[in-house]
Amino acid sequence: MDFTLKIWRQENRKAKGRFETYKISNISPDCSFLEMLDILNESLVDKLSHPICFDHDCREGICGMCGLYINGHPHGPDSAVTTCQLHMRKFSDGETITIEPWRAKPFPIIRDLIVDRTALDKIIQEGGYVSATTGGVPDGNAILISKHKADEAMDSASCIGCGACVAACKNASAMLFVSAKVSQLALLPQGKPEAAIRVQNMVAKMDDLGFGNCTNTYACEAECPKQIKRSNIARMNREFICAKVASEESTKR
Amino acid sequence: MNTLDSKIPEGQLSEKWTKYKASQKLVNPANKRKLDVIVVGTGLAGSSAAASLGALGFNVKIFCISDSPRRAHSIAAQGGINAAKNYQNDGDSVDRLFYDTIKGGDYRAREANVYRLAEVSNSIIDQCVAQGVPFARDYSGMLDNRSFGGAQVSRTFYAKGQTGQQLLLGAYSALSKEIKAGTVEMYERREMMDLVVVDGRARGIITRNLQNGEIERWGAHAVVIATGGYGNVYFLSTNAMNCNGSAAVQCYHKGAFFANPCFVQIHPTCIPVKGDYQSKLTLMSESLRNDGRIWVPKKIEDAVAIREGKLKPTEITEEDRDYYLERRYPAFGNLVPRDIASRAAKERCDAGYGVAPSGYGVYLDFKTAIERLGRDKVEARYGNLFQMYEKIVDVDPYENPMMIYPAVHYTMGGLWVDYELQTTIPGLFATGEANFSDHGANRLGASALMQGLADGYFVLPYTMQNYLSDQIYESKVSTETEEFVVAEKSVKEKLEKIMAIKGEKTVDTLQRELGHIMWEYVGMGRNAQNLQKAIPMLEDLKKEFWSNVRVTGDLTSLNPELEKAVRLADHIELSQIIAKDALQREESCGGHYREEFVTEEGEAKRNDQDFMFVGVWEYKGKDQEPVMHKEDLKYEFINVQQRNYK
Ligand SMILES: Cc1cc2nc3c(=O)[nH]c(=O)nc-3n(C[C@H](O)[C@H](O)[C@H](O)COP(=O)(O)OP(=O)(O)OC[C@H]3O[C@@H](n4cnc5c(N)ncnc54)[C@H](O)[C@@H]3O)c2cc1C
Ligand code: FES
Repeated sequence: MDFTLKIWRQENRKAKGRFETYKISNISPDCSFLEMLDILNESLVDKLSHPICFDHDCREGICGMCGLYINGHPHGPDSAVTTCQLHMRKFSDGETITIEPWRAKPFPIIRDLIVDRTALDKIIQEGGYVSATTGGVPDGNAILISKHKADEAMDSASCIGCGACVAACKNASAMLFVSAKVSQLALLPQGKPEAAIRVQNMVAKMDDLGFGNCTNTYACEAECPKQIKRSNIARMNREFICAKVASEESTKR
Repeated sequence: MNTLDSKIPEGQLSEKWTKYKASQKLVNPANKRKLDVIVVGTGLAGSSAAASLGALGFNVKIFCISDSPRRAHSIAAQGGINAAKNYQNDGDSVDRLFYDTIKGGDYRAREANVYRLAEVSNSIIDQCVAQGVPFARDYSGMLDNRSFGGAQVSRTFYAKGQTGQQLLLGAYSALSKEIKAGTVEMYERREMMDLVVVDGRARGIITRNLQNGEIERWGAHAVVIATGGYGNVYFLSTNAMNCNGSAAVQCYHKGAFFANPCFVQIHPTCIPVKGDYQSKLTLMSESLRNDGRIWVPKKIEDAVAIREGKLKPTEITEEDRDYYLERRYPAFGNLVPRDIASRAAKERCDAGYGVAPSGYGVYLDFKTAIERLGRDKVEARYGNLFQMYEKIVDVDPYENPMMIYPAVHYTMGGLWVDYELQTTIPGLFATGEANFSDHGANRLGASALMQGLADGYFVLPYTMQNYLSDQIYESKVSTETEEFVVAEKSVKEKLEKIMAIKGEKTVDTLQRELGHIMWEYVGMGRNAQNLQKAIPMLEDLKKEFWSNVRVTGDLTSLNPELEKAVRLADHIELSQIIAKDALQREESCGGHYREEFVTEEGEAKRNDQDFMFVGVWEYKGKDQEPVMHKEDLKYEFINVQQRNYK
């Protein structure tokens, strides 16, 4: 297959970026999207130019490192896959493909298609955990958890932290990401004791870092490669309101 | 040799660890705050160690290559984690997990280390549950288990097909808590480039900031290497793209010994190679062998017809299928250990029964399971793996058997460590896949996650204190000393040298050549003749790298080509000791299969008389032959037997 690629190039955070056009031919339909970029990069190195920088690691859809904005969609046209799992058979021969980095204020561009997503780690650091230190914990079966609850928590916990939800949202909101973690821990008995403070701190940090508000368009859910559901956002909103009310009541007392 | 003191505590096997903990030296809280620890790597091993050491009160700095600690390769582990809980009441115990691990490792691991691993395994599960890891549960609300290869009990805990992800996110959450508390400082997009040794002790590291190319110095009272395995020397493997053995090689060059480099695990169930554009191989979890049955056609003409696309696997009747694992190993069937399953697949394909277009592929079939359990149950167990398979191969595995073939997956070899997980350099510790300690010549499924977390949560926090207790009189490590200056300078010179070559071959081209040599001559079936060929080929490749590699871009900005080149240079060196180690080990054991040493039935033939030792390599300098030392393995508590899974 042959393609015309329009790819965003930008030397560093401060440099001005631009699209550059590349032609690539003889690509197998079984080639993955990133392997197609590998082939392009080898040809660029052959021509002594700087290869296109993009993030990737596991190449099997689990680490959350890859993330390209392809033809207007985070992770491209296929559903429920990350960029590394996307294959060229999903495109038509001769197609022009536009490739951009995630665009969101809290994700500054580092180079070409690589952005800085440490803002997501910073939100987790505000409380996306159970404060259990190593040792002194009860037996794993001491607290029973219904299969249904465990499965639901697992679904929320499947988030890979790639940031596609932020890139998909016109407001650059991180609600889906934050709510997935809040939900996972709110569903499990181990997460309950800190649930109220967790949701408040994480939401405050999210706002603080410049992520936008959720205006309920749910582009995030549509583009999430792990099919994290919008119901997480609803649960987080409930958790947040309950936490607010509880903390107001406790200050009154 | 006194340099190889494994420091195994005296006493009964079951009492060693308890006794060690009771008599080791501790550091009081006020002094902990004065001690700095560097951890390199944020996989299960590194994150769990950093979080635990931080919680104890040490000042920890942790480094990783990727943009977030949560990306480490551990995230990709699918199947599960072992523990001796015996929740199923099927006869499991610490002793049995210990025994299975030693036997699975083909009697080439240290008894005391493995026993400790089995002993702390149960605490890992408790710890993870407390962190909110959503392990699978049954309808009673109890933790669920599945079986893995090499075991006759159900002791594997899992979280869908994403166990590594959930365990790593658990460790990452513990790490995040410590980062917030200020006990751990996180440095992402930093690659360790060298170890700094001062007066014979590990005192710090040199890193490259991958965003801007800056070379940085970091000092500490102790350094932990948790940088994972080196399977990527084979180019195509199930490892993530950033997995590399470079940090381990840096330590080897600075005096840390490297143990059993030739013990490499080939995993039987991976998606076969498709084309030369391929960048990595995808694993299909071992858990699939619980319900999937492995077969090839009985008749060679059927295999040929399939390869030519004239026949479909679903058209082959039961009588014409050869379920070769069930046939050869009735007791364990499809659940034989990985090395055995891999070789059996290779044997069938070499004999002409392979079903992939290349001839290198066998079937993993869920037909019987779907009939027995129903599609829904199969989907609940393996849904995400089936989806992954379909996305890659474009074939629906509910309707057609999967096609699989062995691929490089895990490295049992690694930095030599003693019982305290300390290398031959005082103050330098190694943990997780980066060390060699627990899996002998073959690792059982679901035991790597167990080992990484055992080391990080429950072993290092004790054993490192024993070392650090002597360090309380040392002030902060200055990075202005001669040793740091020299180390930084040599890193800079190395990078400049690579950039200056401006040769003809891209890093990827050379990397593929390395992978080819390693797979063809130092791969699944090894023999003296091929190994002797590989050694000069690797020497030539090294020369070619240093005279003909082409790296574009510059030193002072983000430059993935340069990153790959640095790792490749180290991988070539590592490959040389892999080949040498494979050549000296004149026996077949675990993942190391020497075609000259087999039983009449074609099974691996160990030689306990001459090779019951750890092969430990010492670097002797550039252009010098490395020297191998032996750590003899003594089995005091286990009765050494020929492995038998029949
Ligand atoms: C596909 C797959 C599935 C698996 N499934 C299972 C399973 O089901 N059960 C099981 O028990 N095991 C499984 N394994 C094995 C297991 O996942 C690994 O052995 C284990 O996760 C290794 O953990 P680690 O912490 O030692 O290293 P890793 O997780 O590999 O982490 C290494 C870390 O070191 C960093 N690093 C490396 N070099 C440098 C450097 N120079 N400077 C700075 N940082 C560096 C990396 O950024 C990373 O953070 C699987 C492996 C694969 C490949
Ligand atoms: S590279 Fe890991 S999710 Fe794509």
